[in-house]
Formats: sequence, structure tokens, C-alpha cells
Amino acid sequence: MDRLVDLPWLVSPPTDFRQQVRSLSECTPRSRALAQRLAQFRVDSSDLHRLGIAINQIASDCTDTIRLGVISNGTTDLLLPALSASALRHGVWLRVVGTAFDQVAQESLDPKSNINRAQCNYVLLAIDHRGLPLAPTPGELERAHTTVDSALKHISSLRSGLHNTSERTIILQTVPQIGSRLFGSIDREVPGTMSWLIDRYNDELRVSIENSADLLLDTAALAETVGLSNWHDPAQWILGKFPFAHAIVPIYADWVGRLLAAARGKARKCLVLDLDNTLWGGVIGDDGLAGIALGNGSVIGEAYLNIQRNVIALHDRGIILAVSSKNDDHVARSVFRSHPEMLLREEHIAAFQANWLDKASNLRAIAETLSIGTDSLVLLDDNPAERAQVREALPEVAVPELPRDPALYADTLLAAGYFEAVRFTADDRNRAAQYQNNAARSRLLVASTDLDSYLQSLEMRALCRRFDSVNRARITQLINKTNQFNLTTHRYTESEVEAFETSAEGLTVQVRLVDRFGDNGMIAVVICVEEPPNWVIDTWLMSCRVLNRKVECATLNYIVACARAANIRSLIGSYRVTERNGMVKDHYAKLGFELLETDDSKSRWALDIAKYEPIAVPIEIMEIARPAETSDTSTVGF
Amino acid sequence: MPPPSILERLTRSLRNVFDNDSLVATRELTAQDVDGWDSINNVRLFIEIERDFSIRFSAAEITSLENVGQLADLIEIKLHDSQMTP
Repeated sequence: MDRLVDLPWLVSPPTDFRQQVRSLSECTPRSRALAQRLAQFRVDSSDLHRLGIAINQIASDCTDTIRLGVISNGTTDLLLPALSASALRHGVWLRVVGTAFDQVAQESLDPKSNINRAQCNYVLLAIDHRGLPLAPTPGELERAHTTVDSALKHISSLRSGLHNTSERTIILQTVPQIGSRLFGSIDREVPGTMSWLIDRYNDELRVSIENSADLLLDTAALAETVGLSNWHDPAQWILGKFPFAHAIVPIYADWVGRLLAAARGKARKCLVLDLDNTLWGGVIGDDGLAGIALGNGSVIGEAYLNIQRNVIALHDRGIILAVSSKNDDHVARSVFRSHPEMLLREEHIAAFQANWLDKASNLRAIAETLSIGTDSLVLLDDNPAERAQVREALPEVAVPELPRDPALYADTLLAAGYFEAVRFTADDRNRAAQYQNNAARSRLLVASTDLDSYLQSLEMRALCRRFDSVNRARITQLINKTNQFNLTTHRYTESEVEAFETSAEGLTVQVRLVDRFGDNGMIAVVICVEEPPNWVIDTWLMSCRVLNRKVECATLNYIVACARAANIRSLIGSYRVTERNGMVKDHYAKLGFELLETDDSKSRWALDIAKYEPIAVPIEIMEIARPAETSDTSTVGF
Repeated sequence: MPPPSILERLTRSLRNVFDNDSLVATRELTAQDVDGWDSINNVRLFIEIERDFSIRFSAAEITSLENVGQLADLIEIKLHDSQMTP
């Protein structure tokens, strides 16, 4: 059970798994919670199929479901339920819409096709080399380039056809290499062999996706990872046009699930690390600095160095690191401070919990310290009993099963794909620095005598801009992953955000907050939609990192200034209740809006522009105009 | 007659795939006798059987079988063949 295709990081199911699946019914809180728990298990394809059908059924009743259409040149019937189950494993309620076999062009180009009528948010174009006009011409370079171009044009016309019908995101697949070689070692060198054509096609496809709002599912990489001889099954293709071996369905479905989760802002954000026997061999409390195994001197020591190297790589790409260990705090920190072989240092760790409390309590504390949900956490822990305790107490925390050999921990963790991302932005890269800056700000707060002088001493500047293409990815990311300070929790795809960029009426705002300690990055997003003579605030969200700094007051001052310039009479705000956004229930009340109506699930508010007096804030507001209009920045003085 | 254990294992596979705990694999059973035994579920069933017995069927073999009895006989031959290889 160690093979990647068996998803070894997942836990084996209980014996009554099938009965539990049968008890799933419509979209009730109980069914939803049970379905999410069941989706975490490693089950065989029959049970995955059964679970997927049940989940698809529940999803059709739920309001937070997203719809995925699957268009393929192969048979997808056995794949679709697995997609629903795997998406739920990553926190996404998914309803899949299939199509009749090999109706690729029809489904993509006919506005009345199944896919188009079903109003899918996402469409997966699962096309392999057999569905593309890739005719090999070994040795003929010119013709080979033409062949690749025509294959790309083919995909391009399918993409346009799907985009023209409605706003949606298309997921494109790279083409897995074929399993056999025509020559041997020179196949990928000789122009026009199938291998060469596939390589060129994949390279060009990746570039074209990078410059668009569509997403990449790198099936070529997946096929390589599981092994081409495992991916391909010629007998199954001939028997039923199955594009890849049945045994691969679970891992393929898991990759799609991760991608959708990442696109919806549900990828995990924080890796919590156990220490003893997870980051080093042995127990620091018993063995002491000289006794733990870490470093190039031993096989075990090298295995743990490998784990640390991979953890640092995750940190450097923007994943937050935390520690949760059953140890005295100073004993645990001594390893980070004094062990010569330690690669991880205290400054890599955003939250350090070394104590004798249970892990679940520590994980809750870590989530709170970092202002993220426990459903953003992954726990790496060598101890099966600890893992089981956390899974029981906090089922929303991802806890991978680990093999006994620490040499395999890093690969297992990465193979699970908890930290999948669809974009890599500058804010991601700088996340570590931002957390260090936050630590500096906290120290300043402790030293200040009162909140107002603290805020003044921060020397904050709010840089306000309309939406633009440069920041589109980050805006989309914030819209999809902000849960707490979010008034309406409207989610938009990157294409939909792009559409807001060019709308003439209303207002879009992205706010970047800079202070004495550094750049906090983009921390607020506002969308106002014009309903003459008013603006309706469709979206107002803010990062929890900048709470209690009067940023929302400064933002309102800015919105009102813009509204005044556009002769708007009132701002209409609404608050829609969710499980996570209780903190903004009184947001509009605090800002001086008048309550229009309210019930258990929502409230509506209005602000008269003419009567508005700007709120005094310790923040300088700067409006950055778009490059096309003017090149200077003006300070809007409030 | 194949040993009872093959039919018992097929009973388990049938129940697994068709989610029906009252199904029993008998030699005379055909696809027409079982609700939902269409071409896709046929594929699912053979995936189960291949995995359970660690054997492979060719497309020709799958399409040539007329009832569960013939299936059981073919499985017995494949199991016997795999024992013969040193």
C-alpha cells in the first residue's frame, strides 16, 4: 500500500463504510458533515464510485455547489463520480456534468450543448493525443511545426467556443507522453515523432494558459509521476475507450480535486510540525542536543535533513510554518537555536507551541494566532496515536498518514498536494517577511501606552487603486479565501474579476497597506455596483492581519469621496450571515450606516453621501490612478 | 464444477458493484437478471474481479462470456495457469 496511486497518505476506511454511505441523504448539515468525513478515506474504486454518486446527489441540493463539465475524447463514466468524491476531500462541493462519448467539438462549440445549458462554472477539457490532430512525420521539421500549430489551433477554438458562451473557467490538460518509443533514446530529438510533437504541444499550451484566466491540470506530470507504464492501458482503450488505466482514476480525481480547491481559495495555508521523530530522530527531552539524529553523519540524520529541506522550500513559496510539540518550550527552542545541523530556525516558524497540552488545543491556538481557520492546517506527525487524536477532535485538519521510514515523509507530504496553487504571486513569496513584520508590530504595540498613539506611530498609508490586470490574480485569491472579514462572501473567478476591471459604472477598489515596518500587501477589496442613483456594495472584504487599525474607516472615506465625484446619492451595504463572518455583523452600524431591514440571515444598510463626514483616521490615503489616465499619484487628504 | 469459493467470491464482487446485498452468483446468472448491469457496470465488475483474483481478461474473453458459470470456469483456468508458472 505504499504506491503513490493508492494514495497512501489517506486513512483506511471503517468496516461499515458502505452502510455510512447509504445513510447519506439530501443537503442536511448532518449529511454534509458525514460526506466530508467519508471523503477523507482511502477506498477502492467501487466504494469511491458509490460515495461519488451519493455526494453528487447531495451537491445538487446545496447552494455552495460548483458545477464542473467534463469534455473528453475518452470515456468518462467511471471518472465522474470519483471527481465529486475527491473534490469534497479538498473541501469543494462539486456537481459533475458529463457528455456523451467523443462529442468534444459539439459540446464545446454548440451554444445549446449539455455543457453550455448546464451553466458549468468550470469545464475540464480532458483531451489526450488521440483527440488531437497530431500526425507523426518523423524527420520533417517544417511539417512537424505545422502539425503542432494545428493541434494548438484546435484547442484554441474549443476554448473560445466555451468562453464565448458564458463566463467560466476552463481547465486544460497537458498530453501525457505515449508509453512506447519508435526509435529509443532519440524519439524526443527527432522532429515529428509523436513524442516530439507532444513535448512541443505541451510547452506551447503551458505558455498560453499562463497568460490567461484558464487553469492547467498537468496530466503529463501526473502520468510521469505514476509511471507511463502504469498510466497507459491499451487493452482498456480498445475495450471501452478509457483514456488511462482504471487504477489511476483515484489519483487523477484527487489532482482535479486539489486544483479546484486551490482555484476556490481552499488550498491549505499552514504546515504544523511535530518535532521529536518528525524533524529529527529521537526525543530531545530524553536524548539531548548531542543525542538526536540530524545531519549528514547518519542515514537517519540525512532523512531528517531531507524533511527539513522540503519544509523550508514550502516556507519559501509562502506556506506558513508552525510547531506543535509535547516538550518544554525552552528545550524545544534549544534545538532551533543551538543545533549546528538544524536547517529550520525560529524565524521560519510563525507560531511555536511547545507545551504539555493536547495537540488539538494547540492547533486551535495556532489557527487563532495566525487568524486562519483550522481547515487551513496540515499536521505532520510521526506518531499514529497523535494523528488519530487530532483527526477525531479536528476532522477539518489534514493529517497525512506516514510510512514508518522517515526517508519517505517528505515525498508523502508533498504527494498529498495539500498546498496546491494556481498562481504564485509576489505576496505569496513575501509571506514569511510579512509574518516577521507582524512580530515587530506586536512588539511595538506592547511598548505603546495606548492604541491611538500606537496607530499613529505606525505611519500607515493606504494605497487605493481600481482593479487592474497586474493585481488580478491576487484580487481573485483574496475574494475566494477571505471568510471572516467578508460582508457578502461573493466568490468570483478570475474571468469574472477581469470583467469588473472594464466596467464603466460603479467602483472597484484594491487597498494596499504600507506602514513603518513594511508592506502588508493587498489587504482589502471592495466592489460597488451602480444602481442609479446609488452604489450597492457587492463585495467588501479585508484581511484579518489589519484588524483594529481603522483601515475600514479609511476605506469608507475613500469610497465616499469617489461616490461624491460620481454624483451618487447613497451607498447601500448588505451583510449576509455565514458560519465564519460573525465579526462583521455590526460593520455598517459602526461606520454610521442606517439600518434598512434585517432578518436572521442578512441585513441591509444605507449611507447618505451628502450628509457624510469623513472619519478621522491615522492613515494617509493615496489614490493610485491607472497608468492610462495619468502617471502621478495624488494624495486625497482626509 | 469450479470450487465453491470462486462463486462465493463472485457473489461478493456482484454485491460490491451493484450495491445489492441480496445478489447471489449462480452459474445460470446473466446480465439480464440483474438490475443496472449495463456496459459501464460490466466494466466496473470486471475491474473488481481482475483485482480480486489478480488476473487479466482480454476484450475478446469478456465479450464472449454468456453467463456467470462460464465466467467462473474461465477464472479457474486463469488461476490454474498462474500456478503453473514457476
